[in-house]
Amino acid sequence: MSLEIKALHAQIPGREILKGLNLTINPGEVHAIMGPNGSGKSTLSKVLCGHEDYEVTSGEVLLDGENILDMPVDARSRAGLFLAFQYPHEIPGVSNANFLRAALKARLPKGEDIDAVKFYKQLYARMDQLEMDRSFTSRSVNEGFSGGEKKRNEILQLMMLEPKYAILDETDSGLDIDALKIVSRGVNAMRSENRGFLVITHYQRLLNYIQPDIVHVLKDGRIVKTGGKELSLELEERGYDWVTDESLATAA
Amino acid sequence: MVTAPDNDISDIKVDSVGDFTFPERNKYDSGFGITEKTVDFIADVKNDPDWIREFRHKALKIFQDKPMPTHWATKDLENIKFDEFRYYLSDGQKPKRSWDDVPEDVKKTFDRLGIPEQERKFLAGVEAQYDSEAAYSNIKAAVEEQGVIFVNSTEGLHKHPEIFRKWFGKVIPTGDNKFSALNSAVFSGGSFIYVPPGVKVKHPLQAYFRINSEQFGQFERTLIIADEGAEVMYMEGCTAPKFETATLHSAVVELVAMKGAKIQYVTVQNWSSNVFNLVTKRGIAHEDAEVRWIDCNIGSRLTMKYPGVIMKGKRARGEVISIALANSGQHQDTGAKMVHAADDTTSNVISKSISIGQGRSTYCGLVHIPKHLKGCKNNTECDALLINSNSHTDTYPAISVRGNQHSTQHEASVSQVSADQIFYLMQRGLTEAEAMSLSVNGFINDLVKEFPMEYSVELKRLIDLEMEGSVG
Repeated sequence: MSLEIKALHAQIPGREILKGLNLTINPGEVHAIMGPNGSGKSTLSKVLCGHEDYEVTSGEVLLDGENILDMPVDARSRAGLFLAFQYPHEIPGVSNANFLRAALKARLPKGEDIDAVKFYKQLYARMDQLEMDRSFTSRSVNEGFSGGEKKRNEILQLMMLEPKYAILDETDSGLDIDALKIVSRGVNAMRSENRGFLVITHYQRLLNYIQPDIVHVLKDGRIVKTGGKELSLELEERGYDWVTDESLATAA
Repeated sequence: MVTAPDNDISDIKVDSVGDFTFPERNKYDSGFGITEKTVDFIADVKNDPDWIREFRHKALKIFQDKPMPTHWATKDLENIKFDEFRYYLSDGQKPKRSWDDVPEDVKKTFDRLGIPEQERKFLAGVEAQYDSEAAYSNIKAAVEEQGVIFVNSTEGLHKHPEIFRKWFGKVIPTGDNKFSALNSAVFSGGSFIYVPPGVKVKHPLQAYFRINSEQFGQFERTLIIADEGAEVMYMEGCTAPKFETATLHSAVVELVAMKGAKIQYVTVQNWSSNVFNLVTKRGIAHEDAEVRWIDCNIGSRLTMKYPGVIMKGKRARGEVISIALANSGQHQDTGAKMVHAADDTTSNVISKSISIGQGRSTYCGLVHIPKHLKGCKNNTECDALLINSNSHTDTYPAISVRGNQHSTQHEASVSQVSADQIFYLMQRGLTEAEAMSLSVNGFINDLVKEFPMEYSVELKRLIDLEMEGSVG
């Protein structure tokens, strides 16, 4: 049981972005991926979820042993993969509560519906954890939300959908320190031995609140260095330039 | 489309709401094409009084003389072959007051469309039309006791000529357009409603228009009169099976709201994609009266429909709330006509259109406020939603406001459901069809609230079906 990324190559027309990426996330682990701009961090998250702009040219992604690369976006989600978006979309006219109900219902056999009482009970409990006002249930998804509110809303969705593997794409961007603490608390509440996390970030700051087990450096479409939490501190201090590609070094 | 040779559709699976048909067993069939003979055939079968027969013949002449309005409307109108339709089909039976007496195949049709169930749940009366004539017509005793008349147009003109004749053809003159003339020549079916002064009909009255036969035109004629201070809500639904050949539906609907009266007219139409739906709808609102059209157009090959309100008395109000959904191969040309003819009259038009694939939506609006009036207000909002880049939308507002003592505002917007929005929704586990459906439902959400609850559920279901059909 794990999310296994094997020698993944992906491109947009004319440019290869992921160049043989290997990564295995076991349930219970929190992995952080750090890397300079343009190293392929956000591409990785979108490729894993099946965004149509990217073409996978070779490699495999196994979710608990099943290759998900041929699955459509929605089937990957239902298989247990969740992406907290860097720029969450607005869905005008669709209330947060209805959106979450639709997403949960999509996981039930056809014709079945969710128990509304249980649903709201859980929803309110999760919103309390994220210090979200109850009015957010009836507001349109992300419409008119501040940057911080949108990020909180992403974590709310994560908490409600309870995925096996969650990718957080620069969840810290645009957050002030208070919001960062609240969001991190939500994520930490979801840490469990049954769930793996991939935390994508530019900055070490987030990792003070969501403590990773393993830190990777992504550079030019490949994981070039892997270490413990201390690696992120070192990166914070020294930048990315000093990191050389260990995989290449070993190969040589 | 599914044919049910053994008259049993219970275990046939179909993926669209109305796409099934039964074999024809018509006693009266006007044959193909439209001539004076056709008109006489209909007048004979229906036992029309002389003034109606004359009315029909005059209308036929106007219909034949009027050109197609293709100088401003779509050229697709030229593809209507009037010789290839039958203008009257019926089994020769009178409408029944009990579903038990309705012929089995007709009853099954309406069962399948959920009509008897809706009637039990929330309706004050139902009329169910099958091709040219009503098969079922009933009104709840309590409503009838208040003096409310709810019958088909034939019964209306025979039994209540003193009211019928006073208003029939007065809101929409025969020569209003080519299709109102056609309807006037061959009309059959539709509802006649009269609500006496001060009576407020609590629950909606409903008519359902079902086309069963191929190469057929349905021409119902509806006249609703709400007397002083009366209130009524009328709802209509429509479906037809999908045939290889074209089907024509051309209705005329006239509403009269007397002083202080209120009429709400709700349409949820779901025509199959071979139907030419060319409908003329207009209401007159007298002093302090209100006429509201809540109009939802799904399906059809071409719909041209611009519900109108003539605000004839002071402080009269007119409203059109319109939702149109054009899928590939469909053109929804809808809008509103607001004619201010008295001081301090108010009109409101909110139109939302959705174009999917190659689907095309057009908004044609007219607001007329003459110079000699004062204190008139109009608000017009047109919003279009495009789903994928092939779709097409146009807005043609014509606002003519004379004088300087009025207030009008017009807003229009076009938005698109982006690929990234669909990706976001699908990443949460929704299928592509569900994602599109949710986006569309969000877009029209504020208008759907204007529908009675039972109809908003139905509307959502129809949109879900359309979206399922539009995704590969």
